[in-house]
Amino acid sequence: MKITDRKHLDQYRKEFLAHIDTQKKKVYVCGGTGCVAGGSMEIYDELKKLIEENGLNCDISLDSDACEGSIGLKKSGCHGFCEMGPVLRIEPSKLFYLKVKKEDCQEIVEKSIVDDDIVERLIYSRDGIQYPEQEEIPFYKHQTRLVLEDCGQIDAQSIKEYIAYGGYTSLEKSMFDMTKDEVINVITDSNLRGRGGAGFPAGRKWSQVKAQKSPVKYVVCNGDEGDPGAFMDRSIMEGDPHKMLEGMMIAGYASGATEGYIYVRAEYPLAVERLTNAINQARDIGLLGENILGSGFDFDIHIVKGAGAFVCGEGSALTTSIEGNRGMPRVKPPRTVEHGLYGKPTLLNNVETFANVPIIIDKGADWYKTIGPERSPGTKAFALTGNIVNTGLIEVPMGTTLRQVIYDIGGGIRGGKKFKAVQIGGPSGGCLTEEHLELPLDFDSLKKVGAMIGSGGLVVMDEDTCMVEVARFFMNFTQNESCGKCVPCREGTRRMLDILEKIVAGNGELSDLETLEQLADTVTATALCGLGKTAANPVKSTIKYFRDEYIEHIVEKKCRTGNCQALKTIYIDKGLCKGCSLCSRVCPVNAISGKVKEPFEIDPATCIKCGACIEKCKFNAIKEG
Amino acid sequence: MSAINKPRTMIVNGRPVPIEGEKTLLDLIRKAGFDVPTLCHHSQLSTFGACRMCIVEDKKGGIIASCSTPPKAGMEIKTNTPRIREYRKMILELMLADHNRDCITCEKRRDCELLNQAQRFGVDTVRFETYSMDGTKDMSSPAIIRHPDKCILCGDCIRVCDEIQNVGAMDFVNRGSNMEVMPAFDMPIAETNCVNCGQCSAVCPTAAITIRSNLPELWEMLNDDNIIVQAQIAPAVRVALGDDFNFPYGTNVMGKIVAALRKLGFDEVYDTATSADLTVIEEAAEFVERLNSGEKLPLFTSCCPAWVKYAENKHPELMDNISSCKSPMEMFGSVLKEKAKKDAAGKKNNKIVKNIAIMPCTAKKYEIQREDLKMNGEQVVDLSITTHELATLIIESGLNFKDLQPEAVDMPFGIASGAGVIFGVTGGVTEAVIRNVVNPENRSELDEIAFTGVRGLEGVKEVKLPFGEERVLSIAIVNGLRNAENLIKAIQSGEAYYDFVEVMACQGGCIAGAGQPFVIGRARPERSEGMYNADKMSNVRTSQANPVTEALYNDLLSGDNAHRLLHYK
Repeated sequence: MKITDRKHLDQYRKEFLAHIDTQKKKVYVCGGTGCVAGGSMEIYDELKKLIEENGLNCDISLDSDACEGSIGLKKSGCHGFCEMGPVLRIEPSKLFYLKVKKEDCQEIVEKSIVDDDIVERLIYSRDGIQYPEQEEIPFYKHQTRLVLEDCGQIDAQSIKEYIAYGGYTSLEKSMFDMTKDEVINVITDSNLRGRGGAGFPAGRKWSQVKAQKSPVKYVVCNGDEGDPGAFMDRSIMEGDPHKMLEGMMIAGYASGATEGYIYVRAEYPLAVERLTNAINQARDIGLLGENILGSGFDFDIHIVKGAGAFVCGEGSALTTSIEGNRGMPRVKPPRTVEHGLYGKPTLLNNVETFANVPIIIDKGADWYKTIGPERSPGTKAFALTGNIVNTGLIEVPMGTTLRQVIYDIGGGIRGGKKFKAVQIGGPSGGCLTEEHLELPLDFDSLKKVGAMIGSGGLVVMDEDTCMVEVARFFMNFTQNESCGKCVPCREGTRRMLDILEKIVAGNGELSDLETLEQLADTVTATALCGLGKTAANPVKSTIKYFRDEYIEHIVEKKCRTGNCQALKTIYIDKGLCKGCSLCSRVCPVNAISGKVKEPFEIDPATCIKCGACIEKCKFNAIKEG
Repeated sequence: MSAINKPRTMIVNGRPVPIEGEKTLLDLIRKAGFDVPTLCHHSQLSTFGACRMCIVEDKKGGIIASCSTPPKAGMEIKTNTPRIREYRKMILELMLADHNRDCITCEKRRDCELLNQAQRFGVDTVRFETYSMDGTKDMSSPAIIRHPDKCILCGDCIRVCDEIQNVGAMDFVNRGSNMEVMPAFDMPIAETNCVNCGQCSAVCPTAAITIRSNLPELWEMLNDDNIIVQAQIAPAVRVALGDDFNFPYGTNVMGKIVAALRKLGFDEVYDTATSADLTVIEEAAEFVERLNSGEKLPLFTSCCPAWVKYAENKHPELMDNISSCKSPMEMFGSVLKEKAKKDAAGKKNNKIVKNIAIMPCTAKKYEIQREDLKMNGEQVVDLSITTHELATLIIESGLNFKDLQPEAVDMPFGIASGAGVIFGVTGGVTEAVIRNVVNPENRSELDEIAFTGVRGLEGVKEVKLPFGEERVLSIAIVNGLRNAENLIKAIQSGEAYYDFVEVMACQGGCIAGAGQPFVIGRARPERSEGMYNADKMSNVRTSQANPVTEALYNDLLSGDNAHRLLHYK
């Protein structure tokens, strides 16, 4: 079936919507990576079996014939509340079941699908309050889901559902009702800024690509989400692939490109599968290919799987990697807009940026600017992790304060501990502390305090986190992922890591701190690419806000959080020790000696700090400090 | 309205400097008289931007790499601010930390760019521990030695090998601080498609890639009374050796070289330009024969061993088109060995004859070992040393080179034509062959050939030349193997037609061979001029007019001997 013109598409849209309307209930089983890992696909199969056994018609992906009163069973995208997975949502009741197991399916079908009842033990409750509806749960209530709106509320594998719910209308509008310049003007007016890290204005980039005279141009989507713990782009690609494809097509139309590439990590097999499926579906019905909907616009999209190098998220490294070369950034100018993929003008944005495009075209620049601050509008998806009550994928308006994110959505610090810092922007970002809790999260405000949104990782840390160790952790990542091209990043990150390792091992000297700062300054000022220039951020910000902890490690050889194994000492409280000798018998290195019925002693030179004695002691006489 | 006429200037260290088409800040700053340190920048290669030594500071305190930033009118930069100095020092310290610092015993101690810069910026301490030194060297190649412990990962070798030579024998592997430069699968370099051109060592700022030295063997020979040591000196050596003794670029020091060699104990000293005359005669005859038969055209030259190896690796289909002539060095070696054999016939207790070639080239070290150039299973040239090695030999011997009185080479091979001498520069072989084919009768006819377009250092030149009554010969001259590759593609696709193609692997020809002192980007025009001046000063301008060649064809090379001694098997 090929859709050949606009009228035809509209006709189909109505048809699909009418089909969906015949579904009495819709069940969305989360098909995001987290829930799939938790067994959600088995739940899906079980539900399908049970629904059919109950004599109901099970309607999948709108591929069977419409049948009044059927149950629509769908694999949705990620709902974001991954730690509560596998999750499923039932419409129209908006029921949201958490931590569902295969054994629960029978009851779910009986009570909530055949009947209109609730399985109480599967709904979210907190502080004694139960929240049967998804939208009422505090984790969701304080979010503004724009890009992720359909993620979890639409069948991620069905182009028909996407079209039925208004998908590809923005492409239609662009191609038929707007000139290329008008499209670019809307994007420019909306002040949409690239979600990949630096926040470059998307409209400016688009118009620069359009201005290039080359007959061949490319649109490239950066899906190389490499920050540890970040999965925003992954969720969009897996959960709502067509939204991103539509954004790329609009970008192609506006800039004059006829080919698009998606660079996605091979470690995201589900994203690759869903994208491949989505592209094939769009090709099959003629939304990709030649003369799309009879508009005269040709566009096709290819997927390139990255081999998993963090540096390939950098524009020039990414394009050279697509070309089959070693992923190394090159010097600029020329910039990617002039000389990108295969040496041609290239419009390169990331997944989340493209996913914003259809929304802006649909609702207009003025509407978009009502969300968040004027210079940095829209929403931002964050991957919220760390020592926080609710972890997962969230989306909030730009300008939302850190406090709102951590306390309202995140539910505060886990175990009632004290908030210490949050690492924002992944390994290239910096840490923010209590004094920044009221800081609005947007490109400009963060830049002012020396941090960056980056791709959107938010790692929350409590009082038990050692900041020197945090810096060491991120530096270890950056140094492993440095491409090795320029001297400051290749050698500088390695030397910073050496020094940090020395400090956490208790061998640091005060001069090391000075060298560390010099290295951080040199790397920041002189590295070749953006990743190198930001590589020292975790070191710089932890030294800035937690210098006393560094000094403590170096001078007092002490880690106040007890994170640094080498700085721990284990000792026996002589007042409490009964001399039972249990500890000395369990010690694997014979570091404990003494006479029975007299206080024992640990030889610190021999002790390997394994803690076996602490666990064994019945009198709590062995302590760490 | 006056914007067009207004001079575009920018400010460098507080003083205005006009922008006159410079592509980068680096060029502009150097024009302004400040040397910007670089460790990964060569004007012939693509901009890499990895060493970050060329950084400068702008008005707002921004740090920019001058190698990759175009100048802009009104821009203000400073090149020696305290920050810049501190960063450069730190970068050098970082490089030195992961570098084998046995500088005193290092083969590159006289011209190491890293050492120079460390001294210039006063890096007096390295605070970081040195690791990843495992002492391994790749000694597999007869031409070059790889010593990864000394590599600073500037990538110059990779780019010259790929961009200029289209060989790509090495690349980066691993990432971050584990990055290394190596051939695919860490194979020994001799087992790759390396053509031994040595340009990697010429661009290497440190001793990570050096040229294999054969001086120890040579010293042995020179001190052995039972050996007759013969030298043959390639054309390009005479205009380059002077660099190592502070002569102006391009000075022809041939007479001094001959004098030096005699003093060092060489028994016989010859000029490879003499055997180049034989090459011209043989190759011209081959060319005319092919023109007449119309077969195996274009004729490709064969005197550059790196090119021959490249063709064997990548274009076996062209082997019939490549001239069957040996290179001048090999022809001389064959003739000298044949003569020695003849002289020795019937005599007892003959001394052993060893032929030493002094070459601008590293690939010659490989060429002398080729099986298909051996006679009776033995090499005809026993050692090939580079110009730079000759300089080292002279320095080690304690000879005062500068004050030597020039001497002439030995008879009976004491005459070389100007045509044989210009072999050392790109286009020279072609011009020499044309002189032979056209047979000019006077100076103005010679000049006409010189101005057909054969001269000049461009990478690709085309020459049209009338031949006989109605024919026009189409000739191409290329240097750099990537240029050769592009030309071959054009020929094979039918886009271009040539009768004769001269290929030299090194940019500019042998004058810029990797065995020459300080090759890259220096002294090419001066050396080229030195070659053509030597030709002009020569009283024999064409190979066929050289009485030595005539004598040889009547004696040693009579009958089948010419083919047996002067051509590949």
